[in-house]
Amino acid sequence: MTQLANANASVVVERLRAWNAQAVARVIEYRGETTIVVPRELLRATAQQCKENPALNFNLLSDATCVDRFPVEPRLELNYQLISLPRRERIGLRTSVSSQQPIIDSLVPVWPGANWLEREIFDLYGIRFEGHPDLRRILLPDEFEGFPLRRDFPTEGKR
Amino acid sequence: MSTVETAIGTAKTMVLNMGPQHPSTHGVLRVLLELDGENVVTAVPDIGYLHTGIEKSCEDKTYSQAITLTDRMDYLNPLGNNLVYCLAVEKLLSLEVPKRAQYIRVMMVELQRISSHLVWLGTHALDIGAMSVMLYCFREREEILKIFERFAGQRMMTSYIRIGGLALQTPAGWRQQVKRFLDMMPARIDEYESLLTENRIWQGRLKGVGYLPPETLIALSTTGPGLRAAGVAFDNRKDFPYSSYEEFDFAVPTRTESDCYARYLVRVAEMRESLKLVRQAMDKISDDGPIKADAPGIVPPEREKMKTEMEALIYHFKIFTEGFSPPPGEVYVAVESPRGELGCFIASDGSPKPLRVHFRGPSFINLQALPYMVKGQLIADTVASIGTIDIVLGEVDR
Repeated sequence: MTQLANANASVVVERLRAWNAQAVARVIEYRGETTIVVPRELLRATAQQCKENPALNFNLLSDATCVDRFPVEPRLELNYQLISLPRRERIGLRTSVSSQQPIIDSLVPVWPGANWLEREIFDLYGIRFEGHPDLRRILLPDEFEGFPLRRDFPTEGKR
Repeated sequence: MSTVETAIGTAKTMVLNMGPQHPSTHGVLRVLLELDGENVVTAVPDIGYLHTGIEKSCEDKTYSQAITLTDRMDYLNPLGNNLVYCLAVEKLLSLEVPKRAQYIRVMMVELQRISSHLVWLGTHALDIGAMSVMLYCFREREEILKIFERFAGQRMMTSYIRIGGLALQTPAGWRQQVKRFLDMMPARIDEYESLLTENRIWQGRLKGVGYLPPETLIALSTTGPGLRAAGVAFDNRKDFPYSSYEEFDFAVPTRTESDCYARYLVRVAEMRESLKLVRQAMDKISDDGPIKADAPGIVPPEREKMKTEMEALIYHFKIFTEGFSPPPGEVYVAVESPRGELGCFIASDGSPKPLRVHFRGPSFINLQALPYMVKGQLIADTVASIGTIDIVLGEVDR
């Protein structure tokens, strides 16, 4: 039994644990926000559960972004922010992938709104989303080389 | 290119390039339209023409330096961008901002919301062909920009909201100026409505255009007036209050038609609610009091103190040379911008520069709904749909 400061969040964690004990690797509470760390392989199934379990009902994917923890591997850390409109609640999901094999399941089948967010991460970090319907660069030109938001890409650009 | 069945046999579709320099795309949005006659078969938005790497630049600046970059994302809502960024840094630092500063922030972002909706209304009416509305809208927007100039010394890129509070004390004579604006504005909104709301051409161009059911909008992560026009009363100011919004009395206008006309009505109603909020905030703001948190080392000291106290001088020097270091951790803060949920994600590694700053731009996310909105509609309706999504390309591309 996890005791969290946020009572609603502990219900979410308990529900996810009851569904699959492996789904919750760790729970981070920081400044009143709850983030659930999910194993990479279980990301899409957990997301599906968060959306479709009537007790969780996180129907809106608000944001998805990546943090580069260079040089610690697995260095690419994905952060998803979910909102449950019926219950007016927020929660974060987090998982990590390594830069040698930057591949992860796409969440477009769960929330179609993930489409452009994942394209943006693909564009700037080079993470490939398996099952994404249209994985192309979105902000940068197609011929651009490299992934500029990675920490080892110089801010002034490569010359 | 593909083929379509028409009344007289099969025909080829045509691909039309709309933008990036098309006036009704509100900046540099390019949309590839596949057309069957005048009907849109598919629409593919192409963005990135205004990408300036703001998020990458933030990683190379101290926390206070990055504020000036946030102004330049959504250039119709610079104060809102300042606010979300500062709230996120303050959350990282666990910094409490004085109530007086919070009320001034509310007043400023609500004025900003009105000015943003005014630009939207004026340019959207221009797209539809009602040319004169723009002149009226920009006339009132000018008054708001004059208020900003009095407060911040700047009309647009104000950087007025700072970490821990505000940049400057309230200026002399601000109350009269804001009050004059509040007294004038309701009649002016009536004026716009008398030009548009019952106008048959306006209704003919907007009613039933760009419809999407609420489930689709939620699935596509749409927020803001677009979602509220579909009957979902989601507003961060009410549902996840920040900056003391819970102390204010205001309504969240909604409609159920979910077409361009409903989005217009929601935005007009929001302007009236914002006026109420500005009036309430003005009553709450005391004549004098602190505008910055008492946090030496984070909030720059007063000029006067720097001349008399050595400590203040040292703090000032340290803030502007090496900055300050929030503890390691990640926060996500969301505010209600005129366009929807504006989010800011900051990851700190305990150094004076952020490890990662990410902005969830509502324009960027809401634009995803465009291909679904315009499918099967006329080219002219595409213009109306782009207009009512209300995108700012500076925020889409960042």
